Amino acid sequence: MKLRKFLATTILTGAALLTTSISSRAADDTVKVGVLHSLSGTMAISETSLRDVLLFTFDEINKAGGVLGKKIEPVVVDGASNWPLFAEKAKQLLDQDKVAVTFGCWTSVSRKSVLPVFEEKKGLLFYPVQYEGEEMSKNIIYTAEAVNQQATPAVDYELAQGKKKFYLLGSDYVYPQTTNLVLLEYLLSKGVPLENIGGGFKKDESGQIISAGKYTPFGHTDYQQIVAEIKQFAAGGKACVINTLNGDTNVPFFKEYAAAGLTAETCPVVSFSISEDEFRGLPAKQLVGQLGCWTYFQSINSPANKKFTTNFQSWLKNTDVTGIVKEGRVTCSPMVLSYDGVYLWKKAVEKAKSFDVDKVTAALEAGISFDGPGGLVTTQKNHHLTKNVYIGETKANGQFKILKTFNGVVGEPFLKGTFKAKTAK
Amino acid sequence: MKRAISRTEFLFIAITAFIVIVLLPALNAEGIISNFHLNLWGKYLCYSVLAISVDLLWGYTGLLSLGQALFFSLGGYMFGMYLMLVAGPFGQFAQSGQNPNGLPDFMVFLGHTVLPSFWRPFASFSFSTLMVVALPGLLALGFGYLAFRSRIKGVYFSILTQALTYGAALMFFSNDTVMGGNNGFTDFRYILGVDVRSASTQRWLFIASAVLLLGVYMLCKWLTGTKFGLVQRAVRDSETRVLFSGYAAANYKLFVFVLSSLIAALGGALYVPQVGIINPSEMTTEKSLEAVVWCAVGGRGTLVGPIVGAIGVNALKSWATRNCPDYWSFILGTIFILMVLFVPKGIVGGINDCSAWFTKWKKGREPDSTILEEITEPAASPSQS
Repeated sequence: MKLRKFLATTILTGAALLTTSISSRAADDTVKVGVLHSLSGTMAISETSLRDVLLFTFDEINKAGGVLGKKIEPVVVDGASNWPLFAEKAKQLLDQDKVAVTFGCWTSVSRKSVLPVFEEKKGLLFYPVQYEGEEMSKNIIYTAEAVNQQATPAVDYELAQGKKKFYLLGSDYVYPQTTNLVLLEYLLSKGVPLENIGGGFKKDESGQIISAGKYTPFGHTDYQQIVAEIKQFAAGGKACVINTLNGDTNVPFFKEYAAAGLTAETCPVVSFSISEDEFRGLPAKQLVGQLGCWTYFQSINSPANKKFTTNFQSWLKNTDVTGIVKEGRVTCSPMVLSYDGVYLWKKAVEKAKSFDVDKVTAALEAGISFDGPGGLVTTQKNHHLTKNVYIGETKANGQFKILKTFNGVVGEPFLKGTFKAKTAK
Repeated sequence: MKRAISRTEFLFIAITAFIVIVLLPALNAEGIISNFHLNLWGKYLCYSVLAISVDLLWGYTGLLSLGQALFFSLGGYMFGMYLMLVAGPFGQFAQSGQNPNGLPDFMVFLGHTVLPSFWRPFASFSFSTLMVVALPGLLALGFGYLAFRSRIKGVYFSILTQALTYGAALMFFSNDTVMGGNNGFTDFRYILGVDVRSASTQRWLFIASAVLLLGVYMLCKWLTGTKFGLVQRAVRDSETRVLFSGYAAANYKLFVFVLSSLIAALGGALYVPQVGIINPSEMTTEKSLEAVVWCAVGGRGTLVGPIVGAIGVNALKSWATRNCPDYWSFILGTIFILMVLFVPKGIVGGINDCSAWFTKWKKGREPDSTILEEITEPAASPSQS
């Protein structure tokens, strides 16, 4: 080992240290706002759309005079679908850039990864994607759909359609697992007997059900057996499938489903993870007639939505952001909830007359309303939103035809144990 | 035999160690270096430990393992189990009274009411610490024994380690394993009664990582300088000749494999409380490959190389994901390609080559024997018969 090596090492590490230390400070007339999404890796296909819509929203607000007279200065970082990196980037945004607020995360694991950081460093995060609930951090505002703003309304709809049997299918991670546990209790409370709930159950050492439904790993491609099971389950009629499969595993599932002769008429599938934006990568034809449930559809016919979609499309045409996809863009629920989040934050800041996290949070808890593209949304004391829920039917062009609207559904994160089973009485 | 460490080198190790172990934490305590940066560098130090463990296998013994991230994560998971059990009674479910048994939050989430029996011993700090080395060590011992006894080597060994990693990741991804599934472990609170997120705890974790790295460096330095190290390199350069010289190459390889898994596991155990999350995507093949890339960039077959590579690549990544989030992967990719094309020996190897060339140039046209010696020495000595 030689002296030179060590010199080189020291110089290199020193240089690296210096470069990471460089951080700029916000000018007086701007306010820094963090954007923490994956722009590379497996989640990039979904999360890049949220980055785009956030940048669009900032531009729209800046054009209208900014927030409290300050222009929004976005600090975009890449979480790279890497969960420890999400935590690192969150620390960086809060410690180095001192952002006033952060919009970000898609997966539950990324949110779980940054949650301790936001609590420790007293930051504020707006989280826009449907999730499993069972969480309420004082430093996070969940503009996302809670389980009772997606899963239970969908079940209500199916019950109203005369469905008696429910098959639960999902990818094996926390969102499907928790959603299905809540649905199990909900179905039992609605008088659906245990044997009419398909997919199987698992119990822990004390005999408590810890898992309901059928689960497949990420990237699973072989659905032959599961579809055969569903076919048998649905043989008596009046059955439906509650689908929480994630991303591209939906392709082999729906292919197999159609091949087995199952249709939306005989046994409809309600999916919670497929929105308009996913149809940019999924073949919509195989899903025609199947159902989706979100708090926004692009097909909503309202002036606010029309304005939003038109402005977003024209922004896309004119923007010079690097790497942005300009063709074939659509809008979907997570995008609109990101958009709503920025406006809710703006209104809260203006009400609090301050960018201070505590004051803004207090304003949000007191209730801020915004008439967004998906209808009126209002913040609640429990950091979730009151908003409209829509059931839609998939069309061949990847859009949804709205079948039913539930107005002003109150977001409730803690649902487990709140529905009492009828059979237990 | 040459002394393992020369005087100048010893001096430099001592100075670097002093800077990292004493000076940086002291500056942090004074507020000159931010908590964010110290924490970030603590992470890099853990990555450096992982990189050295890869290099010990790949650079010194010629075994390209794509499973080092598994041992790293296993170490992290074992320690994480302790952290989760300590955090359980302080989690959000305990605060709202839904969790009378103080289970980790993710279990309450999935409807568990009692702690699975295999979790129980992990409430003890010492048991967890023991398992940090015991589990990865035993796994490496079993796997290595089977692989090396069957004379599996080269690309087949890489594929097998990759399969092992993939299988383990699938197992940990499954919620039935009760190891947190995709979310893994997060939201740690206390470690031996002190707040794990406080600046002073993080400072001590940084110091511990630095001490670990120093210890691992010195150990590997010593080991590769002994006769054992010579056999190690002989195995790398020509295993058949080693076998015919009467050495049980399989035992040597097994020892190195287990040792490097232990090193990786220790790095992982210190990584988790500093980063605040461990989940199965940390043990996928990509992560192992990343560590291999750090080695290649820094310079494999040297001990400084992996450290330079791990710190350099990760610092660049940290910087680029903030400053050019749209095209940072292209920057990194380009650098890797250029490195492989033009500096195949990595940064440290490249610098060595340059300095050798420089000495040669200074000496004029005198024939240079030192380079030749360096290349032929490892392969030649054990098989002189």
